[in-house]
Amino acid sequence: MSEFLDQIFVIGKRRALSPLAGMPDWLQQIVSSLISISAVLVLFLSLFAMMSLLERKILARIQNRYGPNRVGPFGLLQPLADGIKMLIKEDIVPIRADKVVHFLAPIMVAAPAILALGVIPYGRNMTPFAIDGGILFFFAVGSATELAVFMAGWGSNNKFSMLGAMRAIAQMVSYELPLLITVLPVVMIVGSLSPDAIVAAQSGYKLGFIPHWFVLKPWGAAAFLLFFISGLVESNRTPFDVPEGESEIVAGHMTEYSGFKYATFFMAEYFGMFAISGLAVTLFLGGWQAPISWLTFIPSYVWFFAKLGVLLFVFIWIRGTLPRTRVDQVMNFAWKFMLPMAFTCVLAAAVWHYAAHGISGWLASFAIIAVVYVLLSRLLGAHKRFATRTYRFAE
Amino acid sequence: MTPTLQLFLVFSSALFSIGLLAALSRRHAIFILIGIEMMLAAANLNFVAFWRFAPGPHEPTGVMVAIFSIAIAAAEAGVGLALVIAVYRHIRTTNVDQLDQLKG
Amino acid sequence: MNSVAFIAIAVVTLGAALAAALLRKLIHAALVLAVAFIGLAAFYFLLGAEFVGLVQIFVYVGAVAILIVFTILLTRREGETIRGPNWSGVIIATAVFSGLAWAVYKTPSLAAVAPTFEALTVKRIGETLMTDYIWPLLCIGLLLTAALVGALVLVMEGKRE
Repeated sequence: MSEFLDQIFVIGKRRALSPLAGMPDWLQQIVSSLISISAVLVLFLSLFAMMSLLERKILARIQNRYGPNRVGPFGLLQPLADGIKMLIKEDIVPIRADKVVHFLAPIMVAAPAILALGVIPYGRNMTPFAIDGGILFFFAVGSATELAVFMAGWGSNNKFSMLGAMRAIAQMVSYELPLLITVLPVVMIVGSLSPDAIVAAQSGYKLGFIPHWFVLKPWGAAAFLLFFISGLVESNRTPFDVPEGESEIVAGHMTEYSGFKYATFFMAEYFGMFAISGLAVTLFLGGWQAPISWLTFIPSYVWFFAKLGVLLFVFIWIRGTLPRTRVDQVMNFAWKFMLPMAFTCVLAAAVWHYAAHGISGWLASFAIIAVVYVLLSRLLGAHKRFATRTYRFAE
Repeated sequence: MTPTLQLFLVFSSALFSIGLLAALSRRHAIFILIGIEMMLAAANLNFVAFWRFAPGPHEPTGVMVAIFSIAIAAAEAGVGLALVIAVYRHIRTTNVDQLDQLKG
Repeated sequence: MNSVAFIAIAVVTLGAALAAALLRKLIHAALVLAVAFIGLAAFYFLLGAEFVGLVQIFVYVGAVAILIVFTILLTRREGETIRGPNWSGVIIATAVFSGLAWAVYKTPSLAAVAPTFEALTVKRIGETLMTDYIWPLLCIGLLLTAALVGALVLVMEGKRE
């Protein structure tokens, strides 16, 4: 029974394809891809609607408010109302704008985010686009976002848009390096760029209950944290939402967009967040594997989306609690801290691997990361002088 | 009908000629760089096409050359564009026709 | 390999490349250049070299196109007229193309159809890169480092005395 529930979507797709059995090969392929694509799109669009509501609700709770609660029971129909509002708003295009580029930018921003969702394994045998170099595909497609952001900034012909786009590109290019290099230890240990192989390498349990997830290794934990921070930057989320900092440059590269085009940017941001979180789950949190061996009867996709949900909650939580950083702080942090730490993760993973994955390797790689972390923070904080903190009213 | 090696070669020579057109006929330094990048990419396609159409099992030599040449093209673009910026700071132009002095 | 796919990709790529060579606005040229590079990556996919296609997108669209766009922004001047292509360039390019195409069509050994082959896995590429091609790989690493440092030195604002 649990076997059937686990594979229910795979079996369903096979059933849907069975009437085409005698048809030519290319037709079957096209129909098969269309089914996968529409499944992913429907799933993530509904997740996007849910997420936009949940984010407002959770933020409101953090700030001691109620959040949206007028439309439908508990405000559940709020995303629908938002969507209708966005659709019927006037679509304003500035007179001096570069019309074609201005029009194409939202599409170009959304397309890579959706494409990147294609290579993530959502469950056992449930990778929509299973290619050998899936991880590379993810990053290759993701790198096209920068050009799209530039198109938005340039096409609007507005100085706030241009400044926002420049900020966005600068920080995305800078954080792409740590993002890529933190993936490196995982790829190195598994010996494959395919997400399915990476999930398979994290299967099994030590002593019957500790899963072999990479996040439980010292190098994996450090790499996961670095990956998550870089992911926050890549998806332009607080505390790194400098490109669209409302108090500084209106809305960055989205300033001149309104109505449905703005909604597309909004959607692309969330899709990017889903994609990064999905990849983090795949790389470090064991993908669709159950965390405890006696819970394997629960279908694999449930586990994947549970982990995804936890990561997305952390995204919202961080947004609710941390203030925005300054531009120079963001850039300094990338080059002076993130990059050296990412390289240290690679080194620690190599040590762990050559110590035959035992307890001594665990300790050695932990020691390497701890020593480099302490030295690096000492070095970076060496010439900073902070006045002793005084509290005027709290005492 | 499946595309033959000839079709790929004709395509890449067309791309090469377009790159040549951009490099020869434009006066703007960045256009010339774009043209050079296109010519390099066309040559790259040839390596992969020859590798794919070679008979029998063989080493992935063409693919290796393509990967290396992509890396070199990236380095070339970086240095080339840095040169354009340096020249622009100095002479306030990117028009290659006006760069006719040996004196800095 | 599919001829429909070949023709579609070829038309898009060549059109984008022509636009990149002929457009008057530099930014537009840089953007359609990215489209041409994506088309080339599609060709690599068609040829069964997926890794090269992905690297092509990663390097050209993610890095080179961004570099070009940034350079355009840094060297922009108001009121500068950018002329279109001149005719001598068109003539030379056409002559080169007809010469190359003629040579390709007159060579009988090039009319080959692709043999069936086992897919080239990323693992195989990695192993080849780390064994037979280790020296070129190291040289490329050195070259890229040198290029990085060189580009920085060129662009850095020198201290004026």
